[in-house]
Parts: sequence; structure tokens; C-alpha cells
Amino acid sequence: MMQVRISGIRELTPVIREFTLTALEGPLPGFSAGSHVQVHLPLGSRTVRNAYSLTGDPADTRHYRIAVRLQEASRGGSRFLHEQARVGDTLTLSPPANLFALDLTARHHILIAGGIGITPFMAYLDSLERRGDSFELHYAYRQGLTDAFSDELLARLGHRLHRYDGSAGQVMDLKTILTARPMGSHVYTCGPQRLLDGVRAQAAALGWPAARVHWEAFSSARSGLPFRLELARSGRKIEVEAEQSLLEALEEAGMSIPNLCRGGACGQCATRHLQGDIDHRDHCLSAEEQQQFLMPCVSRGCGTALVLDL
Amino acid sequence: MSVQFTELQSYRDDFTFRNSPAAIARFPFPFPEDSYMYSVNIEPATPRAPGSVYQHWFDIDEHYRSEMAERALVLDKDSSRCLVMPHMQEASWDALQLFMEHLSADYPQWFALSCDGNRWHWRNTALGIDQHFTFGDASTLPCEPLEFITRQVQGDIALLDQRDNDLFMDAGMVTSPADWSLAFDAGMSFKQWHSPVPMANQMGVFDRALKYLLNIQVDQPVRRLNWTLTINPRMDSSPETFHEWGADRGQITPDNVGSAVHLRVELQFMARLPRSNGLMFSIRTYLISMNELVSHPGWGQRLHRVLRDLPEAIADYKGMTLYRQTLVQWLSQFDELA
Repeated sequence: MMQVRISGIRELTPVIREFTLTALEGPLPGFSAGSHVQVHLPLGSRTVRNAYSLTGDPADTRHYRIAVRLQEASRGGSRFLHEQARVGDTLTLSPPANLFALDLTARHHILIAGGIGITPFMAYLDSLERRGDSFELHYAYRQGLTDAFSDELLARLGHRLHRYDGSAGQVMDLKTILTARPMGSHVYTCGPQRLLDGVRAQAAALGWPAARVHWEAFSSARSGLPFRLELARSGRKIEVEAEQSLLEALEEAGMSIPNLCRGGACGQCATRHLQGDIDHRDHCLSAEEQQQFLMPCVSRGCGTALVLDL
Repeated sequence: MSVQFTELQSYRDDFTFRNSPAAIARFPFPFPEDSYMYSVNIEPATPRAPGSVYQHWFDIDEHYRSEMAERALVLDKDSSRCLVMPHMQEASWDALQLFMEHLSADYPQWFALSCDGNRWHWRNTALGIDQHFTFGDASTLPCEPLEFITRQVQGDIALLDQRDNDLFMDAGMVTSPADWSLAFDAGMSFKQWHSPVPMANQMGVFDRALKYLLNIQVDQPVRRLNWTLTINPRMDSSPETFHEWGADRGQITPDNVGSAVHLRVELQFMARLPRSNGLMFSIRTYLISMNELVSHPGWGQRLHRVLRDLPEAIADYKGMTLYRQTLVQWLSQFDELA
């Protein structure tokens, strides 16, 4: 864990705010393009941890930057950062981890962003430009709402930037983007689930090798109904509130569960379950694995009481 | 206590390499019990007792100057021992930065680093190096950044690229290998370069180890010990020079076993490279002759039992089949129950 101070706030769009975070002492740990940090957000008596991509230059360890979209269905994390966080406030971060790294052997990088999914690519661009790599960025957004960095990207990237304004009816044609690309191309996508599904399906249909298709789900825990939980080994009973994730409830109860993405993607927090009805919300486990495991960062109990092998 | 260096010793020809009593006392003896089997013996690399080989990320000991001179000799004859694939440039700078930052913080009497933005100044008084350079600009160094820094660090280094849920041997400096070759393994995946190891793959050791390594985070390194035996204190026991040392294995007699046979322990240290997302795999080798080893209470007895009961396949892989009987017989004099 490390302490940082909010040293700058920039309104990028009406719903996206950029934060500059500075270490209270010394430099921050280095990170690679595509990394994220978990920001610990104090919400009343609870702490919510949200993962945000680092958007700053990986070569600069004096500051981190993150950009946060106000989520309509927010459990309070993004709302806190939009409505309460002020310059000078102190925040706690978990160290950077990377679940969406560049493939450095690629001959050409095709980046496809949807809305706030632009964030990991901001750090990609610094690395790609420093390396002198060949790349192109496709960016779909809604003008005046989710078009963060759009103008500065145009000035910086010129013809390597392709913009699609959904509010003007401009549609990204994935088939065109992914057809007849040079050998050694890699495609990376981040954004809403339907964009990720679209890119993966189109790439598969065109015969792209799976190892050349990279995606990062931009999801976090969503609220649900409260439910009850039992830990088989200790016999403890825990109530999980509507706005709380199962992982957060376990942490509040003093359990330490390994985790990186807190969005159902990395698989680190997979926990064996023994009984109960489960609403699986992860993007990581196969249906077969879900018979035995659940991802407490996003998934919830629903119906009969949940019993975990903890 | 600050580290002091011995007079130059050799790892070839006349083999003048010796361990001082202090070096024997801190030798990383790798056997916690009387038998040995492969396992995923990886642990977080948290610092241990001051003066131990586990105190710092990169251990510098009394043999520093000798080992650096030996590395220079190997490179003079065979520059292919250092290899950096084009996509590993950033990882090389990452490695240089880790070494310089840790060495200057841990051994300030020998190493100093000052940074003004990208303008760096590195001093290594142990080897008489004083270098101003621009971080990230290889043309401001006398050679590749990885070669520059690893000519000043004990131990072999591999830089692994992480992609496609695997690790690839895409860069390194390997002049003191226990019979493996960077040039041969270059570009291989984790399981490919481990394929000669008997038994372990069937045990699932490599699946678990790979999963563990892929998840190493910045500033949270891990370590493990590995071991083999080497005839004479020869650092460069590589396939490229097999013709120079392979026959030594057939020359072991009851008279020379104590001075010729060496336990060779690798302190392997794995750290995430922050900017490139690569993985540094450092292999710090410690050598100790049988005569030196049995001077430490308990080690002779334990090594006797480990080698006596070692599965045939592992003994063969570690290259001791020709002299195992002679060695075990000699060690038995140190085993109270033998």
C-alpha cells in the first residue's frame, strides 16, 4: 500500500475527471504500459477498492495519472472521486499491476478503444512512441460526453488516429479494421463488453491467432441484493450488503484474498464454493470451473445461503 | 559489516579460487533435510540476517573482482554469451536501473549513482568505472546497457519477456552456467528451456512455477535455491566449453575428491522489470569445495545422505554419475550413522 496526494484534477468531459497523484515521499514504483492501480476509497464506514488504468507516461515516476468516468450505476467509488475528492486530499493505492501488457514482439499494434476504455492506451502511446513502433488507434466515443483526450490525441497522432463519434452516428467497422492486416499485427481492445465481444468475434472469424488478440474488460463490481454468507472452515457468518462486493465483505471480516483486477478478469481471487445459489458475473472462469469456484470481486450469492471453503 | 574483496583468484587453469572462513559461514547450503526432490521451492525474497546472502537483492561478496575478471575472459573469447533481442531494449534499461539503484543503496562504499533527469552518473570504485550517460540512450555507454551493467554484477542474468501467458528467454548475460547455453535457449518458452529436467514436469512443478512467476509484481521479488556439482571451481561450465571440462568428471579419485568436487549452489532471484513488464531471472552462483564444506558442522553428514539417496535420473541430469560412488564413499566418513 502507498499513500498519494491528489495534486491535480482536470475535467476532461462532463463525466470524466483526470486525477494527478503524487507520492507523499520519494518516487512512485515504476510501471509498464497497460498497468492499473487499485484506489482505496473511503465511503462512510466501508472502503471500496476500484481499479483504474494508469494513463501517465511510464517513464515518469514522479506522478501517476488516472481518468475516472462517473458511473451511472456507481456503488459510490466513482461518485466519491467526482463529487468529494479535492486537490490536496490523500488516497491509498495498491501498487501497479499489469493485466494488459503490450506484446513487444508485435510488428504493428492496432488499438481499439471505446469510451473510457481509452485510458490504458494513453500509457501505451508513450511506450509505443518511445519505441518507435508502428501503431494505429481507433477510438469510439460520444462527442461532448465521453471524448476524453480526443483533441489532444488528434494533434499528437494525426492520421494514426481514427475517431468514431457515436452521437453523430459514426460506427466503427471492425471487419474493415481487422481485415488483411500485415503479418505480426496485434490487436488490443478496451471498453464496453459488447466492443470486446465484437473485436474477439471478428478477429476469430477472420482467422486471427488468439495470441494476437488482447482485451481488457473495463468492469468493476456492481451492486445487487444483500445476501448471507457462511465460511465453512471457521463457521463464521457474514452479511454482504447491497452496495458491497463479496470480496470487500471478506476483507472487512479480516480475510486476505489475493486479487489484482477486482473486475472478474484476472482470476486471482477465485474461491472454492461449497453450497448455495450464485450469480456468476466474471469473465474469467469457464462454466466448468464455475461449478467449483466463484470470483468474489464481482460475483454474488442469490437465493439459498452461500457457503465458501474459507 | 562492509564487504572486502580478496586478491584476484582464478576459476580456470590453476584454479586458485578459495572461500574464506567467513564465506563458508555464509554459504547458502541448500538442503533443509536429509533427502532431495524437486519442488516449487519459491519464496518471497524478503531480506534476511545482515551479512547473509539473502540480505540484499544482489549479493556482492569477497569474490567480486575475481568473478568480474572471469566474466571478461569468457566474453573475450565468446561475445555470444551476452544477447539482447531487439524487443528487449527496454527490459535491459530496466535491469540496469534495478542494479544501479540497489547496488548504490546497499554497497555505498563501492557503488554510487546520481541522477539528474535522464542524465545519470555511475561510479563503481571496486572496478574503477566512472561513467556519465543518458538513461535510455545506448550510444552514451561503451556497450549495450545489459552488457555494461552485468560486467559489474556477480551472477548470470536472463531477462524474460512475458507474453501469451508464458515467459521467453529473449535476453541475458550467461558466462557461468551449470551446463546450459543462452545461445541455445534463446527465444525458448519456459517449458521449452526446462525440457531437459527429468521428473519435474510430470510432477506438475513447471505448471505451478510458471503461474507463480507470471504473477510476480513490481517490488515483490521471489527467490529459490538450486544446486548441482562441479569439478574444480569452474564458473564457466557451459556446453560451449564442454571439451575443456567434460572429461574432468572421469578424473575423480578418493585422493582428489575433497579438493576437486564442488557443490555449486544457485541463488535464483526473480523480479518484475517495472517498465517493460519483463522478468529478471538472476542466477547467483556460489561454489564450495568438499573440503571446505565438511568444515561446517553437519553439512558433510547431510550431503552424504542426500547424494546417497538421490534418484538416479536426477543424479544423471546433474552429471555426477561417473564419480557419485567415490564421492558418497568419501562423504560417509562425516556421517555418524554410516
